[in-house]
This record gives sequence, C-alpha cells and structure tokens, in this order.
Amino acid sequence: MGINNIWVFAQVANGAPTSGSLELLTKARSMGATVSVWVAGDGAATAAVLGEFGASKVFAVSYGSNLAGVAVASAMKASIDAGQAPDLVMFPQSYEGRDVMARLSVKVGRTVLTNNVEIVADGDSVTVTTPIFGGNTLVATTFTGGTPYLAAFRPKSFVPESVAGPAAEVVVVNVPDLGATGAAQVIAVHVEETTGPKLDEANIVVSGGRGLGESAKYEMIESLAKLLKGAPGASRAIVDAGWVPYSYQVGQTGKVVKPSVYIACGISGATQHMVGMKGSKNIIAINKDKEAPIFGIADLGIVGDLHKVLPKLIEALQGR
Amino acid sequence: MGCAKWVLVRKNRDMNVIVCVKQIPDPANPGALDASSNTLKREGKLILDESDSYGVEMALQLVAAAGGGEVSLVSMAPNSETSGLRTALAMGAAKAVLVSDPALLGSDALTTAKILAAAVTRLGGADLIIAATESSDGYTGTVPEQMAEVLGLPSVTFAKKVSVEGGMLKVNRQTEDGYDEVTCPLPALISVTAGVVEPRYPSFKGIMAAKSKPVDEVTAADLGVTPVGWAGAGQKVSSVTQAEARAAGEVIEDDGEAFAKIVTFLEGLKVI
Repeated sequence: MGINNIWVFAQVANGAPTSGSLELLTKARSMGATVSVWVAGDGAATAAVLGEFGASKVFAVSYGSNLAGVAVASAMKASIDAGQAPDLVMFPQSYEGRDVMARLSVKVGRTVLTNNVEIVADGDSVTVTTPIFGGNTLVATTFTGGTPYLAAFRPKSFVPESVAGPAAEVVVVNVPDLGATGAAQVIAVHVEETTGPKLDEANIVVSGGRGLGESAKYEMIESLAKLLKGAPGASRAIVDAGWVPYSYQVGQTGKVVKPSVYIACGISGATQHMVGMKGSKNIIAINKDKEAPIFGIADLGIVGDLHKVLPKLIEALQGR
Repeated sequence: MGCAKWVLVRKNRDMNVIVCVKQIPDPANPGALDASSNTLKREGKLILDESDSYGVEMALQLVAAAGGGEVSLVSMAPNSETSGLRTALAMGAAKAVLVSDPALLGSDALTTAKILAAAVTRLGGADLIIAATESSDGYTGTVPEQMAEVLGLPSVTFAKKVSVEGGMLKVNRQTEDGYDEVTCPLPALISVTAGVVEPRYPSFKGIMAAKSKPVDEVTAADLGVTPVGWAGAGQKVSSVTQAEARAAGEVIEDDGEAFAKIVTFLEGLKVI
C-alpha cells in the first residue's frame, strides 16, 4: 500500500516543459514512488529534459488538432481502464493542466484539489495544503475518496532539482474516440513575441495597477521594467480594463512571481493580487492611499503620487 | 431568392445561452472561515461575482447578434440568496434556476459541477453555456470543464474573444505561449476570462424588471443529484493554520525625494 505510482502531467510551453512541471516531477520523485509523465504532443522533444529531472517514462499523447485537455484526459482514462491506475496524479496549475484534471475528475468520479503549495503522503493518506485569503491562512485538506487522488499545484511551490537522468522512454499514446466532447478544433496557433525576461522568471518585476489612472501611463511601468532589466506586470483591475493583455496579470488568476524585487505601482493590494507576489524577496510599493493593504507587506512603502515619483525614478536610473 | 431567404433564416436562428453565476460575499470585506464547518462564511448579503458579469454580458451580446433567443442563469447558493442573480437579471437575463439546499454545504467541485449541469438540463439545455474561468472566492477553477464532461459537451476554456458564425463558435483561447484560434459546433460550453467584454450597468428599468423575473428554486433532491455536501465530497479539511505573516517595513510619505530612497534601496540589493 501507500502512494507507489504517481503520474505527473507536464505542461509544455515554447517546446519545453515549464519549470512548474519540473517542480512536480522533483516532488513526486521525493515521495519515493514510480513516476511517469504525461505530455500533450511530441514526447521526443521533451524526453531529454524530463529524463534529466527523473522521469523514466513519458506518455506522449498525439492530440492532433484537438484541444489538449480533453484528449489527454481521455487517454489517461483509457490507461486507467486498462489496469494501469496511478495512486496520485499531479498537475501544474496551467491552462491545459486545469482542463485535463477537470475532465479526468468526472471520468474517474474523483474530486480535484487545486491551488496547492504542499503535499504530504502518510501511508495511503494524502494531504495537500492551499493558501487562502491572500496567503494569510493555510488550509490542509485530506483526500477521503478512493484513488487516484487528483491534485494541482501553484507554480514555485517546490524547487526543481535535476538528477542528471538519461532521456525518458517515450510511449506514444493515441487519443481514444472523443465523441461530441472532441468537437472543438484548433485551427491556428499564435505565439506572442515577448522581449526581455519572462514575467514569472524575471529577477525584478514592476507592476502597475488602477492608480496609473489611464492606459497610456502604463508606459512608465514598461520603461522602469526595461531600465531594471525586469519584466512588467499588472493587477487584475487593469487587465480587466483592457489596458494590458491577460498574460501580464500577477495574482491568483494570473502568474505567481517570486522575484528578488517586486515594485507595485498604484496597486492597493487586493487578496487576488497579493497571493501572486507576496513570495517576492523584497517588495517596494508606491500608492497614494496610506491605508492600502500593500503597505502591510512592503519592505519599502512610498505614500505618494506615482505620477510624480515614477518619472523622477526613471530619470535617475537613466542617468546612471 | 431561395438562397437569400435561407441566409435570412440562418441569421435569425435563435440562440439560447445559459450562464453559470456565483453569488459571493463582497470581496471588499475580508473573508473568514466558519469555525465549525471550515467552509467559507457566506452568510449575509451576497453579490454577483464580478468574474461572472463578463459571461452575462457576452451571453446578452451573442443573443442580440443572433437576433433571437434568451439568456438564462444557473446558480448554487445558500439561504435562497438571489441578490446576485437579480443583478444579472437586471442586466438582461430572462430567468434563473437557483439551487439552494442546506445539504449542499461542504460540496466539492465535482459535486458542484454535477448540480449545475443538472440545473442546465432542468432548463432544457442551451446552444451555449458560459462560465467564468474561476470564482473570486473559492477559485477552484475546474467547475466549467467538469460541467462540460458531465453534460458530454465540447468546451473551450480561457476564451478571450468569442463570436458565433453560422452556428459555429469561434474562440481565441489563452495559452501559455499566446493564443489558439478554436472552432467548435454548438452546443458547447466556454469559460471566459475577465475583460472579454465590457459588462453593462443595469438600467433603472432593468432593475425594476428584474424583481418580477422568474427564479426557479430547487434542491439537490429535486435535481436528482446524490450524495452531495460533505457526504459526497472526496475531501475533508484536516487543519487550518495561520501562515507566517510578512512584516511591514518602512513606510514614508513622498516629499518629492522619495525616488532617491528607492534608488538607495535598489543599490543596497545590488540590483542596479
């Protein structure tokens, strides 16, 4: 008994497994189980990296023009029905990861626990931990139904560690007949070009919020981020307002960032935002409201008008 | 002529849309857990989750573009709560099914999806079902896709641009790298990201009209879904603890020279 067989769904982005996926692989390995990885698409491209982080086998689902979520979930279900049920399936909290686990959840009649940052197995019992209320409170939840347990994890919950393993064996898995659920088809793929470091990997992140007042002022955030060789981010409020794309969003719905320095400009510090950035090593906040919750977690808080502070800061940095 | 008429008929094809809406405690107030059940406290007035206002608006626009049909709502909430539903009805939705049942306390995401799917079926289904990507209070983020699987429907999650042309759904779906263009025949389910459309404010006339719009209140048993609540949940809360608090640092008022303080701080960290 115990948790002996773990599946990890690896999210692939720009042709490589995301660091969040490698974290889960590392964690699964540390739990002393046999770990197999599932990927959507061509396994040959990812087998080397997944092997390096300890995967012995990669199930590569050739999903064609289907959406990956329903295709991978159906392939997993077919494998379970064929007698290869795992005890636990771990998912990164990614776009595809959420689709796969939701579909699989219904197919196997098991609940899913999402937004976790920790997992502990004790014999057959598995408990996961989720931060709520902006990370002020930690809720530990134990699975009570049967296996497989389905759990999703926020990025940066664990540290990925290479074991310098050989390339994983790739097992190509065909997609079972999806019936009506497979009617959605991808007709074109668009890759958004980004310059500078990625938001969730940058050493410095400069984010703007509603306090900017208008969309044109976001230029100040971009200039400052560029000067600091960091990445620009945003609160949900200005993403909702359409000032910047969704991919800029820092928070529970968007990216989780843990840079060395996080500079929050005109962001009051809603729970939604704080949960995505409070793990930053150093936080600087500029806000005109001295009661703003962001000051409660800032190492350096500036109560003032960002329209006055930022231009001076940018000028000072340009002069260096 | 026959061809032109056919086009006309196609253009006027009615479009019925069901929107899943959640009624949540005002996010402006700090959340709390009920000490006995370890569930989110949801007593008092609930409001329409802002995340769902985008789906309601999207539904109203798609029905208007089709030239006919209506928008219906499904919601699960304690204490026969309808104030959030009334907001969506005031925006222009025609009717709602509210599942309110003390037995639902402690329901997990899978049970919630089964309940909402049964509510959709009670309404006779729809051409399109719309949900937010996740709620603003529980934010599990799996219920829409779980509903699609329960209903045996195709789904497109994280839709950031949506249109319907000739009975075919066209969606730009957010991905890790950018976005995918996805087509899908109806009926289907989509989850929409915040900001996909600009939600309208309910008009005074809309608010007055909403008071008399039908809300069909049902229990889990009425929908034939069992077991529910803690009994049906594949999970139990084993502990609730306070996370280590992050201490506040220095807070200063800008006297015109605060920028220099930031420069010094960054220098101290050796990042500039």
